[in-house]
Amino acid sequence: MTAETADAAIPARRASNVKALRLAETVAIPVGAMVASAVAFSIFLLIIGKDPVQFWQLVWTGGFGSSFSIQNSLQRAAPLILTGLAFAIPARIGLTMIGGEGALVLGGFSAAAIAIPLVTNAVPVWITLPVMALSGMAAGGLWLGVVGWLRHARGVNETISSLLMSYIAIAIMNFFVEGALRDPASANKPSTMPIGDAYRIGSIPGTDVHWGFAAGIVLAVVLWVLMSRTTFGFAARMTGGNARAAKAQGLPVGALMVVCCVIAGACAGLAGFFEVTAIHGQANASLVAGYGFTGILVSFLARHNPLTVVPMAILFGAIAAAGGVVQRRMGMPDATVLVLQGILFVVLLVSETFYGRFKIFQPGNTGDRV
Amino acid sequence: MPFNNLSRRTLLKAGAATLASVALPFGIARAQTAVILGIVYVGPKDDFGWNQAHAVSVGTLKALPGITVVEEENVPETDAVSKSMESMINLDGANLILATSFGYYNPFVVDLAKKYPDVQFRHAAPLWNKDKDPANAGSYFPYLNQAHYVDGVAAGLSSKTGKIGFVAAKPIPSVLSNINSVLLGARSVNPAATVQVIVTGDWSLPVREAEATNALVDAGCEVITCHVDSPKVVIQTAEGRGVKTCGHNASQAPLAPTGFITGAEYKWETIYKSYADDIAAGTPLPNFLVGGYNNDMLRNTAYGAGATPEAIKAADAAIEALKGGFKIYTGTLKDNKGNVVVDKDYDNYDPYLDGMGWLLEGVQGSTT
Repeated sequence: MTAETADAAIPARRASNVKALRLAETVAIPVGAMVASAVAFSIFLLIIGKDPVQFWQLVWTGGFGSSFSIQNSLQRAAPLILTGLAFAIPARIGLTMIGGEGALVLGGFSAAAIAIPLVTNAVPVWITLPVMALSGMAAGGLWLGVVGWLRHARGVNETISSLLMSYIAIAIMNFFVEGALRDPASANKPSTMPIGDAYRIGSIPGTDVHWGFAAGIVLAVVLWVLMSRTTFGFAARMTGGNARAAKAQGLPVGALMVVCCVIAGACAGLAGFFEVTAIHGQANASLVAGYGFTGILVSFLARHNPLTVVPMAILFGAIAAAGGVVQRRMGMPDATVLVLQGILFVVLLVSETFYGRFKIFQPGNTGDRV
Repeated sequence: MPFNNLSRRTLLKAGAATLASVALPFGIARAQTAVILGIVYVGPKDDFGWNQAHAVSVGTLKALPGITVVEEENVPETDAVSKSMESMINLDGANLILATSFGYYNPFVVDLAKKYPDVQFRHAAPLWNKDKDPANAGSYFPYLNQAHYVDGVAAGLSSKTGKIGFVAAKPIPSVLSNINSVLLGARSVNPAATVQVIVTGDWSLPVREAEATNALVDAGCEVITCHVDSPKVVIQTAEGRGVKTCGHNASQAPLAPTGFITGAEYKWETIYKSYADDIAAGTPLPNFLVGGYNNDMLRNTAYGAGATPEAIKAADAAIEALKGGFKIYTGTLKDNKGNVVVDKDYDNYDPYLDGMGWLLEGVQGSTT
């Protein structure tokens, strides 16, 4: 379909077709990359003596094959949408911010911590949950905001500092969870006081998928509008394209960077809030589940487009959901799925270099990328 | 693997289009009370530790008729475990779920047990509560500290000074009990024995475990043992430094050909076999199953080259004593801060010991 669109567009060479061509390119290249990685992975399977056909059938069964499988994939996608956004927004302004994990952990921890006095005093759920969510977003936002400020004010490399800040965030949570805020009943697994079933947020009605999924979609749309349809977004993207030029134009580059980082941290912090209120019911070491890092892959797959983050997160959720079935039915180790993810990621990064290289997607023969 | 045939497409291809593939395993389960056992591990199945101990034990069931085993490794303690267990129930027709990591229990096993009342859930830690938790859930747990006591006896007689080093993951009751039991075992044969503890802070931190092992060897420890998820790094590092070792969780004997003494091992197959038998026979599974040497839930790894003849003799005697109900925490014992923490003979399963927050006098280390 994409090829036909492109074919039809070439002879016309009208400005209105430029958009369609670019859309076709942004769909065709990632899809092509996914197909290429599927082929590469199938070859890998053949080499280790496994049946690729059975593998892809199981991926389908485990990821999308039944209503249970679909809900399994969507639930696993929920935190990845938010952590994917946490990488995508700074990426648009040119920052490689890999600290979503720390913001998630700290967000979840602060949500659970602020819930303790509220739950103890039986504050109504409709007050407690928003306060917890805000607390989680504020903690995550502050955490990555610091990284953005360090980058702007002191020139500290945001990739390294956000990674190191993640370790600090995890250590802070462990310090409190194993110390001052430890629930005495959690002897062998130090945790904060459980918020109790009454304060758990539960599932979207009629499904088994928790509300974090819905929140992720809403936030993805909001952030897409922000980045694509507002002057803020324009300024941010311009800064991402060329920070010096943006500065020369009088844009507040530093403020834009910090705001983007705060938004990213708030997304990850919100993911932490949902982990606490929808999944764990308390904060403990289980919050450190790697969602922040998987979010980086999700965002790259989505080319840092907030809307595309949603289907890509679902794809990763489905791969994770299918990973279990593959282990069980084919007797393959868990690392199989990591190999698939690794191949996918590398091929996608390589595919980035193909943008603008295919004549079929070019509106004219000038060779310029519009 | 019979399960290879269970996906919808393969069945259709085989001409079984009339069979709803999802219903098939349930059909088998009802007709023959076949056991479809789903087991989830928090780490890799070949970690030389906790997960391997479970995997090896469940592996002994695979050959038995009427039992199908489905396994999933590296399942984190998040909703991922919930979904993995549910997937085993929905897609594989599992009727017995074994959740082997501590953090799987609450809320994941509890919530899922409520959702699937016809499936039996058993979790490997003594957490099930008769008043609060569903009747189709339950706990099983061997008290490994009894086997660590045997380690202590063997270590005490396999070293000159009785200085034992212990690499511990977290200062929580189950770990502290193993440390204290090693000390009591060693002191039973060498009153001058000591245990020096280094806490790494988490269940799997290979670099810190190596550092801790080296530090303990530098401090003069002659025998190194540990309580971490995978003792591989500790045992290999100690072997490399030329000191003796005692294992934990699974057999680490192949890792230390010259210094291995013995190791504390779980014998999960006793429990798993009894569950499978109960389901096949249609009798209800016990909700709470704990034990130790007295009911065949533990073993010590076969003695290695590091064990002296006296050590083997004394350790064998200790095992026999434990089988006969020998109590480990008896008399008056002080912690290493001088407080009396044991003032009578405690049964090995006394709830007081489950909450221990102290290290005995003779242990160098801190619980915080």
